Amino acid sequence: MTDEPKILDVWVAGTEEPELAPTDEGAQEISVDESEHRLDEQFGRVVEDDYVFDDDADVDERMILNMGPQHPSTHGVLRLQIELEGETIRRTKPIIGYLHTGMEKTGEQLNFSQGGTNVTRMDYLAPFHNELAYSLAVERLLGIDVPPRAAAIRVLLTELNRVSSHLVALATNGMDIGAISMMIYGFRDREQILAFFEKTSGLRMNHNFIRPGGVAADLPPGWKDDVAEILAGLPRRLQQYDDLLENNPIWMARTKGVGVISAEEATAYGITGPTLRSTGVDWDIRKAMPYSGIEQYEFEVALGENGDVYDRYRIRMDEIAESLKIIEQVMDTMPKGDYRVDDRKVTPPPRARIDESMEALIHHFKLFTEGYKVPAGETYVAVESPRGELGCYLVSDGEARPYRMHTRAPSFYNLQALPIAMADSLMADTVATIASLDPVMGDVDR
Amino acid sequence: MTDETRSELEEAVPEEAVVERPLPENQVLRDLFARFEDVEWVDSLGQDVAQVPNQRWLEFGSAAKAAGFEVCADVTAVDWMRQRPDRFEVVANLLSMQHRLRLRMITTAPRLEPTVASLVPIWPGANFPEREAYDMFGVVFEGHPDLTRILMPDEWEGHPLRKDFGVGSVPVQFKESHKVN
Amino acid sequence: MATTAPGNLLMTTVDRAARWARTRSMFPASFGLACCAIEMMATGAAHYDLGRFGMEVFRASPRQSDLMVVAGRVSQKMAPVLRQVYDQMPDPKWVISMGACASTGGMFNNYALVQGVDQVVPVDIYVPGCPPGPQSLMHGILTLHDKIMKGEINN
Repeated sequence: MTDEPKILDVWVAGTEEPELAPTDEGAQEISVDESEHRLDEQFGRVVEDDYVFDDDADVDERMILNMGPQHPSTHGVLRLQIELEGETIRRTKPIIGYLHTGMEKTGEQLNFSQGGTNVTRMDYLAPFHNELAYSLAVERLLGIDVPPRAAAIRVLLTELNRVSSHLVALATNGMDIGAISMMIYGFRDREQILAFFEKTSGLRMNHNFIRPGGVAADLPPGWKDDVAEILAGLPRRLQQYDDLLENNPIWMARTKGVGVISAEEATAYGITGPTLRSTGVDWDIRKAMPYSGIEQYEFEVALGENGDVYDRYRIRMDEIAESLKIIEQVMDTMPKGDYRVDDRKVTPPPRARIDESMEALIHHFKLFTEGYKVPAGETYVAVESPRGELGCYLVSDGEARPYRMHTRAPSFYNLQALPIAMADSLMADTVATIASLDPVMGDVDR
Repeated sequence: MTDETRSELEEAVPEEAVVERPLPENQVLRDLFARFEDVEWVDSLGQDVAQVPNQRWLEFGSAAKAAGFEVCADVTAVDWMRQRPDRFEVVANLLSMQHRLRLRMITTAPRLEPTVASLVPIWPGANFPEREAYDMFGVVFEGHPDLTRILMPDEWEGHPLRKDFGVGSVPVQFKESHKVN
Repeated sequence: MATTAPGNLLMTTVDRAARWARTRSMFPASFGLACCAIEMMATGAAHYDLGRFGMEVFRASPRQSDLMVVAGRVSQKMAPVLRQVYDQMPDPKWVISMGACASTGGMFNNYALVQGVDQVVPVDIYVPGCPPGPQSLMHGILTLHDKIMKGEINN
């Protein structure tokens, strides 16, 4: 491959560790053939502050450090094996699987309308996006279109979810780097959005609200006031984050030029979402391959330049502002009509009708015991989740349960960028880099 | 059927009917498929799918990348058990950002010793998903730099997403109550 | 007793004093695994404040904590890690199993999860929910405080 990007030596070799000098007590002592200069340094007669980047250091001096799986800054149960040379990281190997829940196997046991409960727990910070990808895939197989009101409700909920997910990302990003107030700010502002979710779907998280055929229920009366309140309150709070972080010399020093990924590396590794856009590549599925009627709304795509942690933080802040714009447009133009498709073979009848009509009772019974059968076929549908391209590959063989349900998890791919972003950087930057990639381990391990 | 109509029908069909191989509409895809005679194009609910024979997997992948599919969005597998002659299907979803196109490549692998060429030399991002397909299905990817278990513990036996691997569910009993027969 | 104590002297048993101290300064170890971890963080955040019970510091090191809130689903790979972290905590220690997945395996009754964290560590309080809201978690924590104060859980 002539166009192969320069990808640094990624340690993907197996679990065997490289040959290291055996550490015993003797290795700790100053050896006799230590050079004069090094002895001077160790005795403090001379201070060399470029020692950290000393490329003449022996390979024997490399140390393997294990970070995680239980660690306050790894964003869940991520384990990293880091080969260190002093403070510099030479190679990294992420080890995942500590949250593997067998969701794809469970997906084959649940029928198509129950599938949402399973899928929503994968990326637990953006549950609506999971449900949307799954529902779009099922609807594609069924060959049905949702009514415009359902599509608009879906856009409203997913954009609100994007805001709440980015708030968590900013909160944990700030806390990991040291701005602990960010954690409090982020979660405080999220509470208002979660209260709206609870009013609409009944749950603060993991809603199972977006189902194949539309949404589970209509928006509650007075939803416009709630959304207007959120829209009024958030920009002022975003200003608070800016006051705390933007132009803050500590924040700048810890985020600018840290965890750099180039555009070629990002595309080669299948990285999408804010991480890809931070390198300058203009790719947002909402603009390129729109879904659920999102092309009717006007919004910009935030782009970065350098591919560092600062750019990703900035993009997330900008994406919150853009999502608020979309939410305002949806609120103003929400169409009237059905919130789910009218096909009684797919959508359960309204509860009141069950007492009146025999047919409605039979439909309800069949739908909730057996489930509807989906014609055989396979499809792949992708949406833009706060972490990147969230796709659902669904194979059906004509039964009431998926034959194979696979989720293309954005964090799974974004984690492959970690060895690249962390190579030849300092140990202290690891935390900032991981936080900026925003991995959600439920998504990674499924 | 009388002899007359039969002879009429025989005349109506030309001697050597040349059936045009179906090709996609998009020009980029058309050029790609035109170069590979044995790769079949299928329209799956409006999405372009390439059925690639196992030995052409890597070649077709390189050609796809050269044609503009810079991103390998997903690599996964499906276990068809006895429904198909080859038990496993390996599916790669490709994405072209410059052309705004998606393409799906599907190949098959047999029941005993399923092996498929690894796409890692072409798209390094296929590393983790191929490890997952190996872990979950047992499909071996030749040329993969580190084909080890990724989601299950290293000493796990069996491949969980195969259809003959049970769900592993535990019968639910309420702890304080007597077991009901 | 004929003598009455002066107003600024508090008399109690050592046991009760110890129990009071343990309850009022319980440090949780951060063992957030999945979705429940987000709700646990929300409980510690400003809206539902755990700081009013002295518990907002989630100690990173298990050696400095006395409460382990297992928040989330425990997979087969994670179970030995969980046990190791539990063993590293010094006595007295308590475990709250937060959420359906930690208590019983939840909706994932399959090969990948440990069906209930009490197969690995002894659990004092089970908090149901998927995920349990901050109010439920707080109720669980306060119930634990109550039980310790009354001496029902002596650890």
